[in-house]
Amino acid sequence: MESIPLEHGLILAAILFSVGLIGVLTRRNIVFVLMSLEIMLNASGLAFIVAASRWGHAEGQIMFLMILTLAAAEVAVGLGLIIQMFRRYKTVDINELSEMKG
Amino acid sequence: MIMLFYLAAAIAVIATIAVVLQTNIVHGLLYLILSLLAVAVIFYVLGAPFAAVLEAIVYAGAIMVLFLFVIMMLNLGQHTQNQERTWLTPRGWIVPSIMAAVLLGQLLNVISGIDYEIEPTQVGVMEISALLFGPYVLAVELASILLLAGLVAAYHLAKTK
Repeated sequence: MESIPLEHGLILAAILFSVGLIGVLTRRNIVFVLMSLEIMLNASGLAFIVAASRWGHAEGQIMFLMILTLAAAEVAVGLGLIIQMFRRYKTVDINELSEMKG
Repeated sequence: MIMLFYLAAAIAVIATIAVVLQTNIVHGLLYLILSLLAVAVIFYVLGAPFAAVLEAIVYAGAIMVLFLFVIMMLNLGQHTQNQERTWLTPRGWIVPSIMAAVLLGQLLNVISGIDYEIEPTQVGVMEISALLFGPYVLAVELASILLLAGLVAAYHLAKTK
């Protein structure tokens, strides 16, 4: 059976993580920021699966399950906050929330 | 199988870049679903069929539908898309891209020393569940508490006064 270098899987995870990071830093629409955070979480899960696949362990998939749970909880709370923000400020621009000037 | 890995990897990277560059929010979401499904294919190729199925059902299914519901609730129209076009100036991309590129360079520098080969062996549901309800049972309980807290918080935050 042909094999895949471990390096390539980890490089893919690193690229996806960096693209997600660019999204978090650049976008001003809060929904896109949350989507980019999802990309980053997914990339870290990919790194776990790739590493577990090298050793043939099931622990990597368990860590992926935990990341999945975390992502689900985070999205539920984040989207609740977005709804509340849209109700109060009628915008999805994160710069509008800087009124405390902290 | 090895071709499938690289094909899915290319689709995942292109779709993810499309998400970050997209101005239409629903199109961005659809690209994100494509990216997640490509990652699910990679999981399957790497011998993690359970993780692949969960990625497709929970990530691409449940979480993305949650996003779609909220986007429909917010009812963002053409106005937001035009606003988005004015926000995404080329100047705004430069500094974040440089910082992310530096981080990527460091990661690649660390990763490039590794020369292991993955020979994918299927790790099925049985091994995972034996571990989940054996040594990791506390983690499962904590995950359930986290989900409950998320549920309560989402209910409280999205409630109308």
